[in-house]
Amino acid sequence: MGATEIGLWGVPLAILGGAIRVSTPFIFVSLGEAITERSGRINLGLEGTLVFGAMTAYAVAVKTNSPWLGLLAAAFAGLCFGLFHGWICKFPKVNDIAIGIALMLFGSGLAFFFGKPFIKPKAPNLPAIPFGGWSDIPQVQAALDVNVLFLIGAVLSVILWWAFRNTRAGLIVRVVGDSSDAARAMGLNPDTIRLLATGVGGALAGIGGAYLSLYYPGSWTERISSGQGLMAVALVIFARWNPLGCFAAALLFGGAGALGPALQSVGVTQGYYLFYAAPYILTLIIMIATSSPTRSLAGAPGELSITK
Amino acid sequence: MANTVTGAGMPALFGARGYPPALEWIARRAEAFVIPLAALVVGMALFSLFILAVGKSPILLYETMWRGGFGSWFSIQNSLSRAAPLLLAALCVALPARLGLVVIGGEGAIVLGGVGAAAIGVALSGAPSFIVILAMGVAGMAAGGIWIGAVGALRHYRAVNETISSLLMAYIAIALMNQLVEGPLRDPASLNKPSTQPLADMYRIGNIPGMDVHWGLVVGVVACILSWVLIEKTRWGFAARIAGGNVRAAQVQGLAVGPLIVGFTALAGGFAGLAGMLEVAAVQGSANASLAAGYGYTGILVAFLARHNPLAIIPVAILLGGIDASGGLIQRRMDLPDATVLVLQGMIFIVILFSETFYGRFKAFNPDLWKGAS
Repeated sequence: MGATEIGLWGVPLAILGGAIRVSTPFIFVSLGEAITERSGRINLGLEGTLVFGAMTAYAVAVKTNSPWLGLLAAAFAGLCFGLFHGWICKFPKVNDIAIGIALMLFGSGLAFFFGKPFIKPKAPNLPAIPFGGWSDIPQVQAALDVNVLFLIGAVLSVILWWAFRNTRAGLIVRVVGDSSDAARAMGLNPDTIRLLATGVGGALAGIGGAYLSLYYPGSWTERISSGQGLMAVALVIFARWNPLGCFAAALLFGGAGALGPALQSVGVTQGYYLFYAAPYILTLIIMIATSSPTRSLAGAPGELSITK
Repeated sequence: MANTVTGAGMPALFGARGYPPALEWIARRAEAFVIPLAALVVGMALFSLFILAVGKSPILLYETMWRGGFGSWFSIQNSLSRAAPLLLAALCVALPARLGLVVIGGEGAIVLGGVGAAAIGVALSGAPSFIVILAMGVAGMAAGGIWIGAVGALRHYRAVNETISSLLMAYIAIALMNQLVEGPLRDPASLNKPSTQPLADMYRIGNIPGMDVHWGLVVGVVACILSWVLIEKTRWGFAARIAGGNVRAAQVQGLAVGPLIVGFTALAGGFAGLAGMLEVAAVQGSANASLAAGYGYTGILVAFLARHNPLAIIPVAILLGGIDASGGLIQRRMDLPDATVLVLQGMIFIVILFSETFYGRFKAFNPDLWKGAS
């Protein structure tokens, strides 16, 4: 192996490559969560949606031999979970945070239940584009192997950023999120719009899950997610509900997640498990730094229970 | 919540609406029993449909579940053993809930409580067993208490959302445990499964006489009763309930909300830490990855099912302990995945939360809706 040829340069390179590889599910879940939260509701159940999406995508890809059908199935499964969350939360006195926790357990439970037979078989992977072809160094090639979903996610965050500012649909979602009363005065039904926003959010989380099982790490296991759906919730707060911010924050989280393996590859094995916790610690530090007891967060939707 | 008891304390035989106060009181109390029970039944019925849909018999499933959970003295003892950590893990959710906080990271406090207790137990080896077990309990409670107390402090002083921070801290705690158990605290003799050094037998906690259930069950039940007294009968509990209802109102009345929140969350984490200590001292004999067995997450369900009432936690924890205990038998006898129990728990959880919407809406339970009331 050529690990010694580029020496310590391998560390930042591995972090960059890791950031691109690890960030994709964060991009999709956080964009989905951003749409949901902009409509004034929070869905902690996206963690369960992510796991169930990963299982669905893998199972369908194994059965049909097409990763793209798997991706579609995961998006559809996520849509169903999101719509269910949106439907149940519109009843009075039903707490959206608690329902999210319940759906997190339920989604994981269903995924483990139906996913048992799919731990062994091998599914076809989603394709990647080798942007590192110009280089002879295998590390550079590996780092620049970019999956198509990453590119789609990047484009999607720009589109969403634009749509929130400039389209009628974007305005409607923002109004509903800022004030149910104002929305009703405009003749909009907040429940319906939140239902749709939660549904779209769930579909995006399902796609994020499909990336996990169909590309990286690229197989279905019961520990495939480890809290990425929940970290996305913190990430959206950090990104101030801005889709472009979500993309940048997802890259940052991906990089933090790649820190441990990158250091291990050059022989730093001390504190391996603590480096493994780096994304969680980073999330927590960011939440502490950006929260304030005296003022509400800039850009926060007025109806969002988590920032009240 | 509609728990204001109209008419109570009135000298008249009939209340303001022409009904005996006792009847109105019973009607309002009955709601708190009937709605959760009905939700439980509906959840199990929905799960029957799910089991039918995957081509198995729900009757056989529930029969197996009964047999595995409560059908024999052996299975009852098994259920009670599993209920012990659930009692304490549920308190970790229920106590902060009284302050309006949704803490879901009890797993982290359990794990660190177990590691803290194991470290103290090994460090003090040689001392009298009474002192060492006490010190292990204190260490477990302190580790868990600091962990969840920090969540409460971040919530109050920095407005960091406690649901997300507690969960992130649970992942950090598990990484910390792995680091300690793989590194400085590792017993070189533990090869495949890295563990701390085993506790000497004299420092292990034994079983309740005449039963195959360790003393942790008694500890858990006592903790639930003490928590109930704390919430319902002391002025701290009263202050907590006010703060849980409306933080501003509590502050206007001059209550020290900050110390209250930190104190309650620290106590809650302390109970979860104690659960970790009991797992180490009574079950595992050392701290290892088995500490993160998911009791913290089942505890969330227990607390919500009990509507955050510490006394109601006792029967609910035993019920869910039984469901947990029957998982293995269901797997073997019905050829279903071990996640079957998880699906059932998720369904019950959703139905229970959904049932919140029915409180105060049924005429039978709500004297405000009775004839003649506005």
